[in-house]
Parts: sequence; C-alpha cells; structure tokens
Amino acid sequence: MEFAPHTDDDVRRMLAALGMSSVDELFAPIPEGLRYDRELEIPVGLSEIEVLRDLGAIAAKNRSADDLVCFLGAGAYDHHVPSMVWPLLTRGEFATSYTPYQPEMSQGVLQALFEYQTMISELVGLEISNASLYDGGSAVAEAVHMATASTGRKAVVLGGAVNPLYVSVLRTAARGPEVEIREAGWGSGGTADLDAVRDAAADAAAVIVQHPSFFGTLEDVAAVAAVAHEAGAKLIVHFDLTSAGVLEAPGALGADIVVAEGQPLGNHLNFGGPYVGVIACGRADARRLPGRLVGETADREGRRAFVLTLQAREQHIRREKATSNICTNQTLNALGTAIALAWLGPNGLRELGETCLAKSRYARDRLIELAGARAAFDAPHFKEFTVRLGADATRVCERVAGDGYLAGLPISRLLPGAGLDDALLVAVTERRTREEIDGLAEAVARAVKEEA
Amino acid sequence: MSTPARPRLALEEEPLVFERSRPGRRAGRMPVLDVPAAPSDAIPTSMRRGSAPRLPEVSENELVRHYTRLSQRNYGIDTGFYPLGSCSMKYNPKLAEDAAAMAGFRRIHPLQPESQTQGALQLLVELERTLCAITGMAGVTFQPAAGAHGELTGLLIMRAFHEHNGQRRHRVIIPDSAHGTNPASVTLAGYTTEEVPSDSRGLVDVEALERMVSDDIAGLMITNPNTLGLFEENIERVAAAIHSVGGLLYYDGANLNAILGRSRPGDMGFDIVHMNLHKTFATPHGGGGPGAGPLAVSERLVPFLPGPRPVLDEKSGRYGWLEGDERSIGRMHTFWGNFGILVRASSYARTLGSDGLRHVAERAVLNANYLAHLLRGTFDLAFDAPPMHEFVLTARKQKARGAKAMDVAKRMLDYGFHAPTVYFPLIVDEAMMVEPTETETVETLDAFAEALIAIDAEIDTAIEELRTAPHTAPISRPDEARAARDLKPRWYPDDHAVAHLPSNEGPAQKPTI
Repeated sequence: MEFAPHTDDDVRRMLAALGMSSVDELFAPIPEGLRYDRELEIPVGLSEIEVLRDLGAIAAKNRSADDLVCFLGAGAYDHHVPSMVWPLLTRGEFATSYTPYQPEMSQGVLQALFEYQTMISELVGLEISNASLYDGGSAVAEAVHMATASTGRKAVVLGGAVNPLYVSVLRTAARGPEVEIREAGWGSGGTADLDAVRDAAADAAAVIVQHPSFFGTLEDVAAVAAVAHEAGAKLIVHFDLTSAGVLEAPGALGADIVVAEGQPLGNHLNFGGPYVGVIACGRADARRLPGRLVGETADREGRRAFVLTLQAREQHIRREKATSNICTNQTLNALGTAIALAWLGPNGLRELGETCLAKSRYARDRLIELAGARAAFDAPHFKEFTVRLGADATRVCERVAGDGYLAGLPISRLLPGAGLDDALLVAVTERRTREEIDGLAEAVARAVKEEA
Repeated sequence: MSTPARPRLALEEEPLVFERSRPGRRAGRMPVLDVPAAPSDAIPTSMRRGSAPRLPEVSENELVRHYTRLSQRNYGIDTGFYPLGSCSMKYNPKLAEDAAAMAGFRRIHPLQPESQTQGALQLLVELERTLCAITGMAGVTFQPAAGAHGELTGLLIMRAFHEHNGQRRHRVIIPDSAHGTNPASVTLAGYTTEEVPSDSRGLVDVEALERMVSDDIAGLMITNPNTLGLFEENIERVAAAIHSVGGLLYYDGANLNAILGRSRPGDMGFDIVHMNLHKTFATPHGGGGPGAGPLAVSERLVPFLPGPRPVLDEKSGRYGWLEGDERSIGRMHTFWGNFGILVRASSYARTLGSDGLRHVAERAVLNANYLAHLLRGTFDLAFDAPPMHEFVLTARKQKARGAKAMDVAKRMLDYGFHAPTVYFPLIVDEAMMVEPTETETVETLDAFAEALIAIDAEIDTAIEELRTAPHTAPISRPDEARAARDLKPRWYPDDHAVAHLPSNEGPAQKPTI
C-alpha cells in the first residue's frame, strides 16, 4: 500500500511533458555504479489492517502501566493525561504543520507556544521560557552551555543527587566543549552538601541541583543559590513542574536557569519519548537561550501577532556561532503540557501537589510499617521517596511484578556500586489509590520476607 | 488582478487563554483524598509556594474551543499543499496515530525491566534492520530526537573514533550550501568549520576540496541530493578525498526521500548517516516537533554508538539492552529516544515495504521535475540541471521588476498554498526552494504552478498587492524587528511596558528553514 496518488495515466502524461519514457530516466543524475537496482531487503508492503494487526501483536508483548500498578518514576511518571489533550494535539492543523516560519499561516501554534512560555514562566519564576527542548536531560546540557558561555568558565558542579541519566547526557554533551564535571556528592538528606558545593564551585560556571532530588528529597534552593553566587557561578535547578503548586518557584529562590522534564504534564509514558525539555532564564540571559522563542508583536494593521523571535541566536542565521544546534524541538509535546496546565488551573495544580505529597507520605509510612523498610534519607520529600528494604531491591521488584506491581526503581540500576543495593525509589502520583498503595506494601513485605 | 484567496484559516482573533480566565472556573480536579492529608509542615515554610502561579481558570468546554480555534488559525498538510523545500511535507498517514496510541506502546515506562518490554525492543530491532537496509549501514542508534541531534551524535562519534586512534583532529568540512544545523553541530562537537565552495553547476567543487584535505580534517558533512536538489555525481571522488586523509564522511539525511530504494549512502562511501523520520518516514512534524533523528553507521563505527542499544539474542530469542564499552560516546537522550515517533515510522515502513518505498522516491522525483518544468519559463532555476526531489528557483528576474522572493512567498498564502522555503540555500540570491513530495496529485501541482505564474504577472499589474501580501491570512506581515527589539516572551497580567533589548537581528534575507 502506498500514499502516492498518481494513476498510470498521470505518470505517462507527466513523463511525456518531460520528454521521458520511463521513471528510470528521472534517476539519470545518479551515476550508474551508485544506483540500487535490487529490491530492498525488507518485507513488501502490507495493508493498514495487516500493519495494525502486526503492531498490535507486538504491543501486546509489553506489560503496560495499564497491566501493572505503576510506582516507577525516576524521570518518567504515570500522571493522568487529561482526556482533552490528545484529541486536540492530533488535530491535523497542529500535528501536520511545520516549524512556524510563515507566521501568517501559523498563528495557532505560535499563540499556543506563547501561552506555554507564559505558563512555564509562572511555574518556575523566571521571565523567559523557550518553546521547548528535547527532554529533561538535554535541557540540563543546554543550560550548562548557557552558563559556560555566560561566565567563560569551563567546569560545572553537580550539587547533590541529580538523576544519573541526566548526568550521562550531560557527560556526552560535555565531550565537545570539554567541560569538566565535578561531583559534590550528597549529604544525609540526599540533598546538596553545602560545604562540598562551596569547595567545588570556585571557578565553576554553574552549580546544578535537582529539586526535588533524584532521591525525591527537597533541596534548600536558596541556600545552594547563595553558595553558587558567592563563587560567581550560575545556579541551574532541574525542577519538578508538578510540584509548582506547593513548592516555591526556583526562580524566586535564586535560580538563574531552571530546566525541567515536561512529560508529567500532558504527555504519556511512551517508553521514554517524545517528552519535552523545559528551559527558562531571566532577561539578562535571553540572548544565550537555545532554541525557538515566540514573542508578541503586531501586524501592519496593528493587530496582535506572534512570531519566532531573537532568531539571531539560532543556527539558521548564526550557523557556527549559534547558541545551540537545535532546530526541530518538541512543540506538540509542549502544547500537551500547556493544555494539561490549563486544564488544572491554579487550584488543580495545587491539589495535584497536595495529593502527590499526601499519597507518597502514606506510601512511605506503609512500607515502613508493613515491610520493615526504613527511610534512606532524612530530608522531606515530595512525590518520590527512597527506602532501604534490607533485601536486594532488584529481586524484590521482580517478585512483586508477579503480583501486578511496578514497585519502583532499584537505585542500583542507575547507581551501581554505590552500596545502595537494597534502596528502592518509589513514585506516587495522583493516580494511585490507597488500595493500590496498601497492596504494594503487602506485596513488598512478602517479597522481602522471601528474600531474607 | 486575478481573484485571490481561498481563505482557509479562521480570521477572528482568539483571546489568550489567560484572557478567558474567570476566578473560580475550572476544568480538571483531583479525586477525593483517600489517605490522610499531609501535615502543614510536610514542606518547610521557606520552601512552600508563596503566591499561586497565574494559570488560567477556564472551563473544559471553553478550553476545547480555545484550542480548536487556535488550530483553525494554523495551516498543516491536512489543510493543503505545503511545498516547504528540505522539509518533505508529505501526507502523514493516520494509521500511525492508531499504532502509537496502543497501550502497549504508549503506556510503557522506559525503565521497566527488559522482560516486560519485549515488544518495544522487538519493534526497535526490526526498525534498525529496515533503516540499515535502506542506508546500507551496519548499526543504528535511536536516541537522537531530531536531525540536528543526530548530527551532534554523529560528530561526537567521529571525534571518539579519531581519538580512539590517537588523533585529535580539529576541522570538519561542509559545503557552502549546507543547512545551518551542520556548522552549529560542528561547533558543539568541539570542531571548527571549513567551508568548501560550490562550483558553477551547484555541486561541491571537488578540486577545491582536494586542495583542502589534510590530516587535521576529521570529516565532511554533506546532503545528497544536496540542498539545491541536485545529486552530487562526484560523491565517490569526494569520499575518496576525505578517506585518503583518514577522515569520515557524514550523510545529512534531510533529502533521503529522493533516493529511497534507488541509491544508498553506504554504497556512496558514507560512514555516518542520520535520517529525519519526520520527513522521510512521514511522521507528523507537530508544528516544530517531535521528530526523530536516528543515526546509522558503518561496521567500524558501531562500537562508538550511544548506549545502551536494543539487541536480539538469537540463541534465546529474547530482546534486551546492550551497554556500550568504553568506546561508546555515552547517552544522547535521557531514555531511548522519541519512541512514539519510532512506532509511527515503523508503521509507515511496514505499510510501504520494499516496493512502496521505492515508489516514494520515483514519485517524489517525478513531481519535482514536473513542477520545475511548469515553472522554468517564468522563474529561473538557480542551477539549470534536472533536479531530484526538490528544486531551487531564484526570483532574481522578479526582483528586478520589483518583487522579492518574500513578496512572492507571502502572496502564495493568498492563493491558498503554504509558501516554499525562501532565502535558502544562502548561496542562491532570492531563493525559493520547492519540494512537492510524492503524495500530491498532478492537479495540485498544476494549480500551484498556475498560481505562481499568475503572481508573476501581478508584478506588472498589481505590485502593491504583492508587497503587502498576504491579505487573506489571519494576520498581515508581522513586525519582526519590533518583536526582537521590545521582547515580549510572555503574557503579563497588567501588560506592563516591556524592557528594551538592543537589536542585533541577523541579515535582512533570513532563511526560513
């Protein structure tokens, strides 16, 4: 099956207009030795019915978050995606449009992105959000590029427990400009060790913290900001946007650049992508911001209009001197985030935060009570927390999968060799019920006993 | 003056969602709390949010109408012809959306154990085979989220390869007709860019290239067909020149649509190939993404790919993740890449198959040649050679009569078409880059050509109509200089005066790509 519409007669007529007798003549510019004259070594085409049947069979080999009760997070979360999001995103006018280079034909996407930028600005407490990056990890890397360009320094400090996956992405991105990455470790709260950060921050371009941390605990952003700024470094905060109804905006606490993973708002788990990288900064750093930025202006009649702006930062104008190479971003996912935020509104966002907070506390208490777990860190947490099970967390997870639970992330999967083999990172979203939490605690209790 | 306008977009202004807000209205709500509420000291006071974020308070019905109206002020492939050169704006099949929405794909967590995600891993391994067959390469990474992300991945692989061989090379060559992402990616990989000029035929000047190569050259990045829509017929000589000094050849897959099943980068001598699945494999571009930019490499570069990679253990028949060794450049994406887009691309490849994919290139090249043929009497071709899947016109003659390429492009909007890419490639004066793709009918191509020819005639009869176009779109030409000078990147409740930024906007002829 195919989507090219020409009939045989169309082809004959068009070739005749070109003075050709066969389609092979169209490929005359390709030297003979480089023409591929065989069938591609892949199966022949199938009908829509067959393709959907085959893909359905492949999808059925996966166990989804509909099959298992999901307490797994670590950067991707089983939050509710409002029902209105997907029907709106799949409207062809949005989904099948290109980057809005012709603003007269793209006011819909441009205005929706302008609204997205505003919402992100409100959540993180910094004035300027771009129109999206690839994901939470690449957002950290781009923030580091901004900080090194701004300070002229070539080292950054990881000031606490930053998701090891983000750190891996940063390490790869740092290979090009040869940025040194210093790890200041974490204290008993699972949060930044301020003395260690102070020692490492001298001559550093930036201090990076994740808030809440990879372990789920709350960072004292204001205190880290003071230490970073004292050293002349920028503070980059990787923030959980779902906490913004209950946690103070990092920008209001001294963060210079805030980045985030936008997946938890309006985007499905999707096995890790497409998600949306969030980045925001203050006005002083506007010209170092990577990627697309939408601004308001007026048309010739003075009507409100939206355009891509500050394009002199970007690759298509500035080429090798651009602030980033990003071109295609994650616009549709950013729209999903904006729609989910509009659906929540200020009250819904606060309730979301309070609900995650209450349920994750309840879950932690139940795991301590029923399964003999103990809290791994003493700082308060938001929607994720880390417990020590006293048994191998990977094997406990395997056992409770049989009971229908994705218990969480065995910390050793991303931090092997850290002496945390019995540590489990548990995420509790607003979708989880008391019954599911009780069931998890009972299943973990049984598994821990069996492992002992 | 011909009758303009088949206005397709909604003209009514739509207020900002914040302007629809009324205190107390709402859409979503949380379930009634079935566990004890957290005590007020669960969050230390200093960390608690002070004032609530000013999100809109709007009912669900009004929200759906808001976004529906915004969509009606936006033009997509589903609206009409979208001949944006270099972007392969072809029909995006709807079955891809059904496939991506299956719970077994959409509702799986990236950190689930391999035993729970055998289907997802199978999909990736099978798609890798397909992409290798098409490109003539040996291995693929799916981590790059877009074409430029693939470029950076490939350049970091290039660098790791040379460093593994004890060489720190410093320079990468790109043609002067290259996409802006190429030089920007070169910088991010820690290299400097050397530009090789195009010759009088619009192809890489091979003799100049042969003089440029040295053992400090890490490699060359090139699109083939190139950004002028012309096949680089000397590509084997180009490859030989780069390989003779130990450099690597990088294929920018932006134009892969032209040669699907007809020619393979691997056979041309390329070592590294990125593909834009949101172009060649018809996944929707989403108004600027998400895309997917998987990268394929030749056998000797496979160990340098980002890890982990999806693999099939032939013995057990089980799929799993394979970590790279110390040669791997590391992780490019937080998880595995834009999986949801890879599902869509897989559905496309399965639907077309070996026979259908070959037809794609044939019909895409046929449409471009046919449309170029209809237009060449009115507009000059930038280079008068048979194009592949796209061609570049120059509005040089029209400019002499008073209408710039941008004027022509904006007037196209009044005729109900999206404009071509303008002012790119940079080496062509008054460039208009047209890519019709394989999914358009001959009637559409005829109508588009008639419109462009009618616009050309308007230069002599109604020049002001062109200079002030568009007239039938939701807005007329926006003041872009003001947007940059008085930067207003968000809505403000009191709409206070915006700070003034010193202007340093780029050249007047801004490429729209």
